[in-house]
Amino acid sequence: MVEYGAGNLTSVLKGLTAAGADPFVTGQSEDIDAAHATVVPGVGNFAATDAISDRMRDALVRAVARGRPLLGICLGLQFLFEGSDEAPGARGLGLLKGRCYLLQGEVKVPHVGWNNLCIVRPSCLLKDVQDSSQVYFTHSYAAPVTDACIAETEYATRFSAAVEREHVFGVQFHPEKSGTVGLQILRSFTSFVCSRNA
Amino acid sequence: MLAKRLIACLDVRDGCVVKGVQFEGLANAGDPAALARRYNIEGIDELVILDVTATLEKRRALESTLRAVSAELFIPLAVGGGIRSEDDAAAAIDAGADKVALNSAALDDPALISRLAARYGSQAVVAAIDAKLEGGGYAVFSRSGSTRTPREAIEWAREAAERGAGEILLTSIDRDGTRSGFDCELTAAVSSAVSIPVIASGGAGTFEHFFDVFTGGRADAALAASVFHFSEHAVGELKAYLRDNGIAVRLEPGLSRPPTSNVRPARC
Repeated sequence: MVEYGAGNLTSVLKGLTAAGADPFVTGQSEDIDAAHATVVPGVGNFAATDAISDRMRDALVRAVARGRPLLGICLGLQFLFEGSDEAPGARGLGLLKGRCYLLQGEVKVPHVGWNNLCIVRPSCLLKDVQDSSQVYFTHSYAAPVTDACIAETEYATRFSAAVEREHVFGVQFHPEKSGTVGLQILRSFTSFVCSRNA
Repeated sequence: MLAKRLIACLDVRDGCVVKGVQFEGLANAGDPAALARRYNIEGIDELVILDVTATLEKRRALESTLRAVSAELFIPLAVGGGIRSEDDAAAAIDAGADKVALNSAALDDPALISRLAARYGSQAVVAAIDAKLEGGGYAVFSRSGSTRTPREAIEWAREAAERGAGEILLTSIDRDGTRSGFDCELTAAVSSAVSIPVIASGGAGTFEHFFDVFTGGRADAALAASVFHFSEHAVGELKAYLRDNGIAVRLEPGLSRPPTSNVRPARC
């Protein structure tokens, strides 16, 4: 799990552990090379991702190229895309096409609370989750709906609540705070990682 | 549809859950970890642990209580009481809290809100406001309701939001523990003044009170203590009532299969 100073990792560690994984936190790119999978967590402003070094970015891209699963959570999902209007100078990883944008409309922003997943296609990550399941969000910016989208959520606009492209995964919500549904998603990720390393 | 959240508050003192009427006359209501477990099963959306005497006695919320509660929970957990500094907030977050609620400390040092928001993100910072109707306005009180401040609730909520608070936890001192209903007027006034979510607190007694505060009160979430503590199945029944009356709530679970066990595949 990549540590770059963007918020609290305790809950994510706890969630992954409960899902059967053996997570550890690191800021070293060598650890990413050695790990079976990587999780990029994070909360707050997209500018925080500036703290992810070029070495670390290279290691993440290299890991994905070697077939190692990558899961972005919340800001970590947004980081998979090319960038965000929140911090135009900060670069995303660019593994997925598109740019994150501010939620705007006749609603309160940030979007905080439990909202529904509208599952748009079958996926590894959400294979055991029913359509319309509710998960916990807290964010102001969101990723666009692209061909990587596996579940949309509607709040002012329809955005990508979950993405999956081969072994690159992302969730805008917090699976570690989304009760049994969230834990099941983390278990599905863990099982996927295990099947890759079997 | 974004669901209205139901939040159970555990007022904790010396490691035990207590609940007062208008902040006084505390009566024991149980072990926090046991209550947290029960609420989680019943489908509560979020938990708040308030160390009700922490500020007065100048001690931190009990970290062991937090660790015990957070070990059982995979829903958001907020903590308040005795968060005076960034170090206090860090200790609470390290012990498993997702959010810290700032009350007296933010009134003494409003920039603390901004510092914590910069460090942990706005979603981790809750501005807790205790308000009391006085002379046609709502005065803000600090130190568990014991000290009147020169602040007015709506203005203070607005400032807290501008400084980076992610949510407002708004308690009506007049209604707290009375079970006579939330102060919908106060809640609606604050909710209309800020763009961040407002959690209504103080006065929950009946299911209708929740309906009222989610509609007329414009609350995004509602917090209660005794109405959940002393009655089994209250959370599920309340959610069913709200859903039947057109309020979007979270209904567990959404799994197509029962959750698998924590056992790892053999080769991993």
